[in-house]
Amino acid sequence: MSAFKWDDPLVLDSQLSDAEKMVRDAARDYCQGKLMPRVLEANRHERFDREILDEMGALGFLGSTIDGYGCAGVNSVSYGLIAREVERVDSGYRSAMSVQSSLVMHPIHAYGTDAQRERYLPRLGKGEIVGCFGLTEPDHGSDPGSMVTRARRSNGDYVLSGAKTWITNSPIADLFVVWAKDEGDVIRGFLIERGAKGLSAPPIEGKFALRASSTGEIIMDEVRVPRENVLPGVEGLAGPFGCLNKARYGIAWGALGAAEFCWLAARRYTLERSQFGRPLAANQLIQLKLANMQTEIALGLQGALRVGRLMDEHAATPEMVSLVKRNSCGKALDVARVSRDMHGGNGISDEFHVIRHVMNLEAVNTYEGTHDIHALILGRAQTGIQAFS
Amino acid sequence: MKIVVAVKQVPDTNAEKTFDAATKRLNRTSIENVLNPFDEYAIEEALRLKEKAGADTTVSIVTMAPESGREVVRKALAMGADDATLLSSDALGGSDTMATAYALASAIKHVGFDLILTGTQSTDAINSVVPAALAEILGVPCLTYARTVTLSDGGVEVQRETESGYLRVKSPLPALVSVTKSANEPRYATLKGIMGAKKKEIKTFAPGDIGADADRLGEAGSKTVVSAIAPVGARAKGSVIQSSDGAEAARQIVDFLIGKKVI
Repeated sequence: MSAFKWDDPLVLDSQLSDAEKMVRDAARDYCQGKLMPRVLEANRHERFDREILDEMGALGFLGSTIDGYGCAGVNSVSYGLIAREVERVDSGYRSAMSVQSSLVMHPIHAYGTDAQRERYLPRLGKGEIVGCFGLTEPDHGSDPGSMVTRARRSNGDYVLSGAKTWITNSPIADLFVVWAKDEGDVIRGFLIERGAKGLSAPPIEGKFALRASSTGEIIMDEVRVPRENVLPGVEGLAGPFGCLNKARYGIAWGALGAAEFCWLAARRYTLERSQFGRPLAANQLIQLKLANMQTEIALGLQGALRVGRLMDEHAATPEMVSLVKRNSCGKALDVARVSRDMHGGNGISDEFHVIRHVMNLEAVNTYEGTHDIHALILGRAQTGIQAFS
Repeated sequence: MKIVVAVKQVPDTNAEKTFDAATKRLNRTSIENVLNPFDEYAIEEALRLKEKAGADTTVSIVTMAPESGREVVRKALAMGADDATLLSSDALGGSDTMATAYALASAIKHVGFDLILTGTQSTDAINSVVPAALAEILGVPCLTYARTVTLSDGGVEVQRETESGYLRVKSPLPALVSVTKSANEPRYATLKGIMGAKKKEIKTFAPGDIGADADRLGEAGSKTVVSAIAPVGARAKGSVIQSSDGAEAARQIVDFLIGKKVI
């Protein structure tokens, strides 16, 4: 009988191919070697280091599942493994990568013209240009179908007016994928380049989460978008939801990476710190918490892996993604909060990194479909009754 | 130009290691194995030489390892090496450094080479013997501890690290160079590299396939014997300097560091 590996209790390792393990190890090497040393200062000073996207591009992390256009064409499980390693360091870094890959490159690849693909995908993949995704509006979050951003026809082109908010990468973006309603109330995707007249992307300051990634608004005041910059391959909410499905799947892996960091930190801390003459880890209360963390993470990873395998077989559904996104985020947030508590006073210091994960995961639990909204998706699927309105 | 990099599979530096009491060998099957971190500098240097020299230069990896060595070699291929050769056989188990060098030399001779690059040591055995032994067996010049490697006029020139600076050493090719940590920063394997490595060939040979003399391999072919293994004793407590006079305490620390040749 094989020995129990406490840090890989259900032997995820043996469920991965050699190539998947290599992808994971390469991602871990980079993230621990290059991202971890930067994150404390970046988070403290609310700064995103732009060159990170160049580095990720050089390694092939951007648009990694796309086949062609200079991209690596790895499978969905590999994409998840990368997200897990990046978010083990910081959810903000993973957000920057997810947005570029799933919310910008994916819609261009899936819904764009050949010309749009050729024009944007190679540069986005290398990290030469940065993209962002504009769906959420100040008054329309969980209910994007009520968006008020408008695209009016004008001499064959479109003219966009409206505002988007909580947009990862918008202050540094060169390319804006914006969803707006046309005059027939149909939601369409538009590609807007930085510098377009009437377009601005002010940063949102004072965030307590995802401080190491850049977040802002997109303000469009009569922005003229040439007809060749409309994404022709999709209309309606299916467009943005198709992108979100990809990104949410990555989050399901990523959030567990952050949880793993917090669990391992709590274990190490309570083993090393002695109170009342013995390690904190000698207490039953501590061991119970460690066991809970280990269990939730191990089960969560199995779920994420299963959905990844189904995605690679083209057999995954959005409800499955809702299930693992919701589970991973909720559980990761619990793990991070408990780890913060187990670190005592040190838990609130950014030098121990756990409080940063707690704050980040508050956002990750909320964005790309809140914990409750994903519950409603699953509720609808099993009752046949939608409870959104 | 054919560059060969000799690499070794070692246990993960962070893994807890155990020994087989009977054979006195490291248990390699139950632990995670990795590419010897020191060898990554040699691979990186080879890839940079290739990038400078152009398309007719190739980088080949040669290793001696059990079947599990395949995974480790894959990493070198993912970094950008062109092909790899794995020398693998039960008969190689228990080889000491000289037997290992002989086996590797046989494989490298079989592969063919103009320049051999190695790391300076492995993280498990830390003997630092194999590079020199390899060069000796192959009868080529041995340039050790190189912090730079330059190819010119059909030869190789290195800056050899010393305690006080560096020496410039030149030799004609073929030659062997061991590369230090300060030579470069090894690249990360890219996703494209990893996908590409799946298609690259890893040739596997047993010693007999390449004409290696069986008497010089394995435990029987080894002149050194591990007579006993024992755990490392607990580390002695560090000394604590206590003084109310800060300057005096600082002097004591400086004297201590000078005594240890740290400063």
